[in-house]
Parts: sequence; structure tokens; C-alpha cells
Amino acid sequence: VAAGLLTVSSGIGGTILYAKWDHKFRAAVEKNVPYSDLLFSLALGPSSQEEASVEATHIISAIGEVPSVPAPCDTEAAAVKAVSASLEESLASSAKTTLQAIGAQEAALQAITQHTHKLKEAMEAEVPPQEKSAQWKDLEAALANRTCAMNDASTALLKANETLGSLKSVIDKSKGLNIAAVHPLVLAAEENLHNMIVDLDKVVTKVQSAESEAKIVSQYSELVNEAKQQFQREVSSLTPEIQANWKGLTGKLSADDLNALIAHAHRRIDQLNRELAEQRVREQIHIDAALEQQKLEDQKALEKAVNTTLQHVKEEARLEQERKLGELREVMEAEMRTQLRRQAAAHTDHVQDVLKVQEHELRAEAEQVLSSKMLEQETRYRQLNQEQLDNFTLDMNTAYARLKGMEEAIDSHVVAEEEARKAHQLWLSVEALNYTLKTTDSDLPTIPLKSAAEAVRDSCHDNDFALALASALPEESLHRGVYSEASLRARFNSLRSLARRVALIDESHNSLYQYFLSYLQAALLFEDEQKAPPTQLSREDLDPFKLLSYASYCLEHGDLELAAKLVNQLRGETRRVVEDWLTEARLTLETRQVVSLLSAYANAVGLGTTQAP
Amino acid sequence: MAEEHGRKWDRCLADTAVKTVTGLGVGIVFSVLLFKRRTWPVAFGSGLGVGMGYTNCQNDFRLPYLIHGRMVKDQ
Repeated sequence: VAAGLLTVSSGIGGTILYAKWDHKFRAAVEKNVPYSDLLFSLALGPSSQEEASVEATHIISAIGEVPSVPAPCDTEAAAVKAVSASLEESLASSAKTTLQAIGAQEAALQAITQHTHKLKEAMEAEVPPQEKSAQWKDLEAALANRTCAMNDASTALLKANETLGSLKSVIDKSKGLNIAAVHPLVLAAEENLHNMIVDLDKVVTKVQSAESEAKIVSQYSELVNEAKQQFQREVSSLTPEIQANWKGLTGKLSADDLNALIAHAHRRIDQLNRELAEQRVREQIHIDAALEQQKLEDQKALEKAVNTTLQHVKEEARLEQERKLGELREVMEAEMRTQLRRQAAAHTDHVQDVLKVQEHELRAEAEQVLSSKMLEQETRYRQLNQEQLDNFTLDMNTAYARLKGMEEAIDSHVVAEEEARKAHQLWLSVEALNYTLKTTDSDLPTIPLKSAAEAVRDSCHDNDFALALASALPEESLHRGVYSEASLRARFNSLRSLARRVALIDESHNSLYQYFLSYLQAALLFEDEQKAPPTQLSREDLDPFKLLSYASYCLEHGDLELAAKLVNQLRGETRRVVEDWLTEARLTLETRQVVSLLSAYANAVGLGTTQAP
Repeated sequence: MAEEHGRKWDRCLADTAVKTVTGLGVGIVFSVLLFKRRTWPVAFGSGLGVGMGYTNCQNDFRLPYLIHGRMVKDQ
């Protein structure tokens, strides 16, 4: 027993689980097994709504899909947009109405099933009378509900059909526009339409099946009701005081009533037996007729179903075809595009080659032209350059020559100036020398001429003549200086008396007696103080006294040279006496001569170098 | 050169004077000492003195004109 119970429970559990997983199985079980829907609704919750919701989601997704198909082909964007917009609109409306219809149908189905269920319950349940009336009320409510739902469903169905029809027309219109880009949209819309139609049909068939079932149940319930009523009538005819719902009566009946009731029951049983026998006999015929009818109906239904499915299949096939067409078209387009691309690539290659060749040619030409122009330009440029260079060289040469000339002129100027300067310097130094000759106090010699002579020598150290002259200065004059003419004159004057006194003394006559005689002579002899010397000296003129007077005369007249010459003629002791004076005079004369020569030379040189302005 | 002459004369005269006086003195001395106050040593002495002085003077004046010769021995 336990094993049997276990198997049964496991079977039930298994069916429940499988029904939970497979909704179709659940629907089938519910349809075939009478109270399984209760069980399933208890265990798993209501079933039929899921399918509807699945379908609704399917439709909603379909709606969602369609608008998301992008509007292709920018050239016909406006038309496409319009078409797509219209499609969307109609799709949306149709989807809505379809959903509504489906919902209504579902509701109707539900109502029907509920009603049937309730009816079945009412028919078969053993419930007390007051509950029964409630049940019957419930049933009536359910019936009203069912009719209402049926109406709703039918209107919704009508509406849905309408909208589906409009969608179909829109689709046809858009198909009529024959724009390539719209095809996928159209295709999608058509598919959605088809799906909606299919769903709607499914639901409608479900509703119809439910309806038929309900009809059966209602028929059965009607029969049962009729039977009941008849039985009631019979019972009431038999036992008028008995109320309805006789099942509840137990102790109220009398024995007669009971007997009558039993007899009636027997009679009813007999009748029913007979009817049953009759029914059994006619069963086969009835069954056949029913079968026939059923067959006919089935056939009809089958036909209808076949038609609808055929339509659906046709529709699907058409859609499939369209889809395939679309795909093929796309593939073709893609292939065409690739071919075109290939062609374009080939074309571009060809064009590139041609362009390259052309470029080559043009480049060669251009280069040639360029090179020729360049050559021309270059030669011209070189020419210009050469010209410029020549001009420049010329200018440079002239400038250089001029510069050289100027330089030479300047140099010569410089040289001349240098010479002039030197001459000037020489002259200056000579003048200085000259001046030094004048720097005498009486009876004192000049300052030594050394420095001046040095200066002179410095200022003429490239001039041999001047050098020679400068070096010709007597040493005494350099170191000691010379006496001036005035001092010499004075000295001579003082010397003269002595010279007179020793006039007779010479080498042979130089005793004291002679001295005495000469003194006597000097005291007694008178000669001219000064007497001009003749141009030629005779023997008489060689007398010392005369000579002295001549010399005096010359000195007085500034002719130191002649005086010196005359004095030079003195002999003897007079000569010795005036020897110093003579050397001094000679020195002076020499110096003076050299200086005058130098100055003359300096003058000459200066004259030579000074340029006339 | 003129001063030399003068100097010579100065020297000469001074020298002569000195010599004369010296001679005189010597003469005097001699005359006194040796020659029993005769005058001839005085005169002699003074004369000597004068003569020496005179000669000196003359030589002095002649000095520039004197030529000194030298004997060169043949080698």
C-alpha cells in the first residue's frame, strides 16, 4: 500500500513539476484531466496568463524591434522616415489592440473556464441548498462575466482585426512605394503582423475550444438541469408538498410518500433502463451519427484550421521568401559593392598608372624647360657677375693707383717735410751755435760750444758735409769756448804796447842791452795808431810797428782775419808776445768760419726744402 | 803772454836786486872779514851780484830762443 501510495504521489509530483516546466503539457493535462487545473493552479499558480504574457512580451519586443530598425538610405530619408513612422504607428496601434484582444480573449477564456468549472461544480457537487443557491448565483455571475468577457473579446478581436487590416494596408502601401531601404522595415512589420495574427488566432482557437467545451458542459448542465427539473416535476407531481432540493430531506417523508417515491423511482429506473437499452441499441447509430457529425465538424474545423495554418504557412513562407530576398539582395548588394569597389580600385590603379606616366612626362618636360631656363639665367647671371667683377676690378685698380699715387705723394711730402724739418732743425741748431758765439762777456770766452755742436751733430747725422763741418770745430772752442772779437780787440790794444816794446828782440838779438834799445825805440818811435793796410804787402810793411798799426786798423774795422794775417807776419819776440792772441784769434776765426759755413749750408738746405706757397 | 814778459821782468829785477844785495853783503862781509874794509870786495860783490842778476835776466829772456841739441849716438 505504501509503495502504491508512494508511486502515485511521485507520479503526481512529477506531472506537476513537468507541468511547471512545460506549459503546453500543463494546458494539455488541464484540458484532458478535469480537476487538474485546480491542482495546478494550487501548486503552480495560474497558467494561461504566462503564455499570454509571453506572447505579449513577444509582441512588445516586436514593437520595440521595429522602431529600432534604423532609417537607411539618406537619399530617400524623408520618405523612408515617413514610411517607417507610419509603420511604427500602425504597428504600435495594432500591437496594442492585438494585446488588448489577446487579453480580452484570455479573460474570456478564463471566464469561460471559470464558468464551466463553476457549472461543473454546480452540477456535480453535493452541497446544501442555501449554498447551492449561492452557487447558482455565482454561476449566473460567472455566466454574465463570461458573456461580458466574450463580448469584450469579440469587440477587441474586431478592433484588432481592424488594426491588423490597416497595418496590412500600410505595409502594402509602403511596399507599393518600392523603396529599397524600406524593405527590411516592411519585412519586419510583416513578420510582426504575421506573429500577431498567429497569436490572435491561437488565442481565438483556444477561446473557441474553451467555448466548445463550455458548450458541452453547458449542454450537459442543461440536460442535467432538464433531467433534474423533470425529476423534480415528477417528484413534485407525485409528492406535491415536497420542496425542491429533495436531497436534503430525510425524516420528513411518510411511508406512502416513500412508497410512492420508491415506486416512482422503480418506474423511473425501469424507464431509464429501457431508455438505456434503447440508447445502447441506438448507441452505435448515435455514435456513428455523432461521429459523422463530429467528422464533419472536425473536417470543417480541420479545413478551417488547415486553411488558417496554410495561410499562416503561406504567410510565413512569403515572409521567409521576402526575408531571403532581402538577404539575397543585401548579399548581392554587398557583392556588387565589392565588385564595384574592386572595379574602382582597378580604375584607381589604372588612373594612378596613367597619372604616373603623365607625371613622368610632364616632369621631364618641365625639367627640360627648367634646365634651359636655368642655364640661360645662369649664363646671364655669370655675365652680369663678370661684368660687375670687371667693373669692380677696374674701379679697384683705379682706386688703388690713385691711392698709391696719393701715398707716394704723401710719402714724398713726408720726405720733403722731413727734409725740411731736418733742415729747419739744422738751421735752428746752427743758429743756436751762432748764438752761442755771441754769448760772451767781455774778456770771457763764450760758453763751451760743445752742447751746441752736439745739437748740430744730432740734427744732421745723415749729412756728411754738415757732419764734417760739425766735427771741424776746433777742440778748444768746444771745451773752452772762443773769445769774441771785441775782447780780442781790447786785448790786442793792450798787447800792442808790449809788442812795440820788444820789437827789436828776436832770436839773435835778445840780450838785455837789446831790450833796452827796443824799449828806447818804442819810447821814441811814433807811428799811426791805425793805418789802412795796402792790398799787397811790401817789405817795408813788414815792420812791426806798421804791422801793428795795420792790424789795429783792421781790428777797428772788424776784419779780424786780416788783422790775424797781419799779426801773423810779426817775427821774433813780438811774435812770441802776440802768439797767444794769435791762436785765440785763429780759434775764433776758425769757429766763425765753420759756423758761417754751417749756417750757409743750413740756409741753402732750408731754402732748398722750403716750398714756395 | 804779455803777463809773462811782465813777470819775467819782475823776476829779473827782483833776482838782480837780491843778487846785488847779496853780493854787496858778501862783499861787505868779505871786505870786512878778509879785505880789511876795502871797498873793492863790496864793489866786487855787488858787481858780481849785478852781473849774475843781469845774466840771469838775459838768460831768462833768451830762454825761448835757446836750442838744445842732443847727441844721438849711432847704434
